[in-house]
Amino acid sequence: MNLVLDPVMLVLIIPAVAAAVLALLPTYTLAARINVGATFLTFVSALGLFFIPERPDGLLLIDDLNIVFIVLTTFVGFTTSIFSSGYIAHELEVGRLTPLYLRFYHAMYQILMFGMNLALIANITGLMWVAIELATLTTVLMVGIYRTPEALEAAWKYFILGSVGIGLALFGTILVYVAAQPVIGEGLDAMRWTVLLANVAQFDPSLLNVAFIFLLLGYGTKVGLAPLHAWLPDAHAEGPTPISAVLSGLLLNVALYAVLRFKILLAANGQAITPGPLMVAMGLTSLVFASFMLYRRRDIKRLFAYSSIEHMGIIAFAFGMGGPLANFAGLLHMTMHSLTKSAIFFSIGHITRIKNTQRIADIGGLTESHPTLGWALVVGVVAIAGLPPFGIFTSEFLVISSTFSREPLLAIPLVLGILVAVGALFMRLNGLAFGEPIGPVTPNRMSYLPMFAHFLLVLIAGIYLPAPIVAWFQNVAGMLG
Amino acid sequence: MDSFALDVSHLLAGSLVLLSFMMLYQARMLGLVNVFALHAIALVLAILWQAYTQNRPTLFVTATIAMIMKAVVIPIALRRIVIQLGVHRTIETVVGIGPTMLAGIALVALSMVVMLGVTSESDPLAREDLALALSVVLLGLLMMVSRRNAVTQVIGFMSIENGLILAAAGAKGMPLIVEISVAFSVLVAFIVIGIFLFRIRERFDTVDVQALDRFRGERGG
Repeated sequence: MNLVLDPVMLVLIIPAVAAAVLALLPTYTLAARINVGATFLTFVSALGLFFIPERPDGLLLIDDLNIVFIVLTTFVGFTTSIFSSGYIAHELEVGRLTPLYLRFYHAMYQILMFGMNLALIANITGLMWVAIELATLTTVLMVGIYRTPEALEAAWKYFILGSVGIGLALFGTILVYVAAQPVIGEGLDAMRWTVLLANVAQFDPSLLNVAFIFLLLGYGTKVGLAPLHAWLPDAHAEGPTPISAVLSGLLLNVALYAVLRFKILLAANGQAITPGPLMVAMGLTSLVFASFMLYRRRDIKRLFAYSSIEHMGIIAFAFGMGGPLANFAGLLHMTMHSLTKSAIFFSIGHITRIKNTQRIADIGGLTESHPTLGWALVVGVVAIAGLPPFGIFTSEFLVISSTFSREPLLAIPLVLGILVAVGALFMRLNGLAFGEPIGPVTPNRMSYLPMFAHFLLVLIAGIYLPAPIVAWFQNVAGMLG
Repeated sequence: MDSFALDVSHLLAGSLVLLSFMMLYQARMLGLVNVFALHAIALVLAILWQAYTQNRPTLFVTATIAMIMKAVVIPIALRRIVIQLGVHRTIETVVGIGPTMLAGIALVALSMVVMLGVTSESDPLAREDLALALSVVLLGLLMMVSRRNAVTQVIGFMSIENGLILAAAGAKGMPLIVEISVAFSVLVAFIVIGIFLFRIRERFDTVDVQALDRFRGERGG
């Protein structure tokens, strides 16, 4: 196939070229538009992936599993870039960022998209590792972009914990290679997903066990699973809000995707430990821990960062339970969480811009002063708390009901964690959205479009999931075992 | 592989573990930087020996990168940073030297038990090399959690990285080693530049809860 028209190459080439262009471009209004344009084109090429045959060999891999992730990533990347153009223009106005930093910011945004797409598309375990490291590094730089002591602290913590995680993941990757090498032979084939999966039954199971523990701890750090989550709230709170949206909505998913790939491998081996219980344990710990931590938050971005840990816990739990229904629920929950959480961060971006603070105590009565924004936040919190009629209700319901039917005892902490989180979120929402307005009430000039688009999708998914999507997810759920 | 080649590679990998222990009990920052440079040189020798016995020319590239970056450039840069930031006198420890060393011994024992137990079917080179590499990784982690200073944390991280490269070099015919070591070098360069630019002296965590709340903007409310 022609290289230029191949969507697989396009989702990598467009961000790479855009990054180079944006790094050289001095005017920021044009840069913001190019950023939006490039992410849009990437999204369109990602949609093109549906129309090409699976490619099982080579350096890049396209199968039903990663298409879901790629389309989600490029879509949220696109909407976030629209939000980002308005947000960043304001940051320039108030002087928090200089044009030079903005140039850097836009180039980094595209490199981040490139890194995430590469990680999702790579057929080589080592290549995926390098791509995730690249994505981590760019987000570290973006978290620290304001250069305040808090931002630097957050970036440093993220850097150190992320690097340790990445290091552990590499050790796991090497161990998988060592397990594969006697069977497949030396060279790149022993790192190819497709070849690994075909031959995994003959691998040494005990070596795979140890490898998976390192991989789960390493990539789990990046997913934000407790007890390795310490970087996550700081990184979300101190970086620019569009980056919080991309971190929560996308990068956590990419790391989770890496864990899932290795989980498929272990499940196919047959003799190795079932990775499920480990993921269930980490997921439940994250869920319960984060739910209780939600009560003590005073910072609005930190509040929703902990909510991300909670939801990643639910997703890891669902995938850990395994089986067609729980996997389906996990996939749906991941998609819905990405859309909802990034939309919430968009609304928080508007709110912090108007109120000029992130402290929850200094924000209040939003439905009085800014009805559209205030009610949008209410909608967002209702959606993220898992109430009907939104998509997260569907997925949480599926997770809980499948758990009740198989492991009723595990369902108790699961339901408890979710309920505790709901309580915390509504307690905070009450002050934020209702009552007397607190703080400045200047009108908002930025576009609400990306936020509403996300909420609309989540609402539609909650009411009616189209049959082709259900079939697709069911197929992927089957792959995950 | 003949037993002599095996012995040499064990000797080199073992000396890395020994140097990791030496890093744990260094009381002065400059001494620590010097030991780290030695650690890097031991790694280079180990990679060179693997390149020679496995007959893999790409490993020479990895060895060159490691030599230039970790044995020369980074130690010199760290030396200057340490002196400029005025942190060269003593190393603040979270836990005392004695308990740290004991914990280190326990970690090495753990990695031996784990790796030698699970890799009984693999070839002896990969197996014992992996056990020693895991020890280096765990000792690096121990160093990161038991020291306060940002520079010591970076050195701890780099010794983890040395352990990983050692494991990768020992895995027969592992591809992408050059790419991985380049990726790591970029990472480390960023860390060092970060310390230098932002004058990060200490890890930010503190037992003072008030200060912690201030950092997080969560005081009062």
